[in-house]
Amino acid sequence: MIGAVHVEGLAIRRGERLLFEGLDLSVRAGEAVALTGRNGAGKTSLLRAIAGLLRPAAGRVRFEGDAENGLHLIGHADGLKPARTAWEELRFQSLWTGGTEASARDAAEAFGLTRMLELEVRRLSAGQRRRVALARLAASPRSLWLLDEPMAPLDVVHRAKFGEVMARHLAGGGLIVAAVHDPLPIEARTVELGG
Amino acid sequence: MSALAVLFRRELSLAWGRGGGALLALAFYACVTTLLPLASGPDPERLAGLAVGVAWLSLALSALLSLERLFERDYEDGALDLLALGSPPLELVAAVKCLAQWLATGAPLALASPVAAIALGASPALAPLLFVVALAGGLAFAFLGGLGAALALGSRRGGLLIAVIVLPLFAPPVIFGGGALSSLAVGLDWKPGLLLLCAYAAAAVALAPLAMAAACRNALD
Repeated sequence: MIGAVHVEGLAIRRGERLLFEGLDLSVRAGEAVALTGRNGAGKTSLLRAIAGLLRPAAGRVRFEGDAENGLHLIGHADGLKPARTAWEELRFQSLWTGGTEASARDAAEAFGLTRMLELEVRRLSAGQRRRVALARLAASPRSLWLLDEPMAPLDVVHRAKFGEVMARHLAGGGLIVAAVHDPLPIEARTVELGG
Repeated sequence: MSALAVLFRRELSLAWGRGGGALLALAFYACVTTLLPLASGPDPERLAGLAVGVAWLSLALSALLSLERLFERDYEDGALDLLALGSPPLELVAAVKCLAQWLATGAPLALASPVAAIALGASPALAPLLFVVALAGGLAFAFLGGLGAALALGSRRGGLLIAVIVLPLFAPPVIFGGGALSSLAVGLDWKPGLLLLCAYAAAAVALAPLAMAAACRNALD
């Protein structure tokens, strides 16, 4: 379980462009951070750097607690295969990240997916696909959630529902860092990039 | 079920499901071996001389066909992020992907190769060795091809790049396998060729995953 994340003096360079430098940010258990900023300010890059997928040009990301298998990253690509069914994909994603088949079923129910599990992913709408991807957050317990515009394709009802899921996660000692353009439906500290 | 077993089953279902490359490779293999007599003339003796070599070489080329999708699909739709954040290291992910590719594409091709060779007029006595050569060679092709696919990630002409990268890597196994087969055909000892092929395949299985994982990390960065 990750207890806290500390981003220390982080600089990220994409090609020739320096997106930001000297960024310090700490997120503790039970806390949510909303990253805002213009398109291209480096929100996605910051999330990927925290996940360890992207090498920062300077600075580092430090975790308190056991960082092994401690985080989920939901990017703006959903990572779903169009020709497989929603259930096959959700089941794979949760088992791969350490969940169980039963927890995947529960997550499907929590995200209102039960009736579309047998459909192929290509038949789902953008919002439904996103819910399939988000469901692995509930299906496998990892404490740090890195979310890249998680709610963009969701309708009002499911935004509210996902807000409840996030609130429960924080109440249970989870951490959330989300890149957003609209405000999160939960209490969150706002950090503006490139401001 | 362990995470790697889950991944293995997913890869098999992707290879055999819609949009997978296993059937494409088999169809391509059938096309090449069927069209050969039409292109080279119907003289049975000349055909019989070419049969085993063609059955072996077309297998190497068919193995190339479906490689472009091995990592590219997961890279494009974001699933590679997820694979990188699972509990097994990327090296094992790459190895499992290549093993599944071998089982889904290489094994059916290995089964088809003796049939194709005999249909073209090769002596049935060569069929068992051809099957073994095809199986061991297929393993090397899957891992080296996977290496090419990982290195080509994110480039616009991935397919072309893969072919250029793997061509020199495919040459030794093609030579070793072809050597074993032609030795058996003229009554010489075929074991050295087969053993070299197996050694090459084993080296590919051991080393290629390290390079594939590095290439994937580089592509995600």
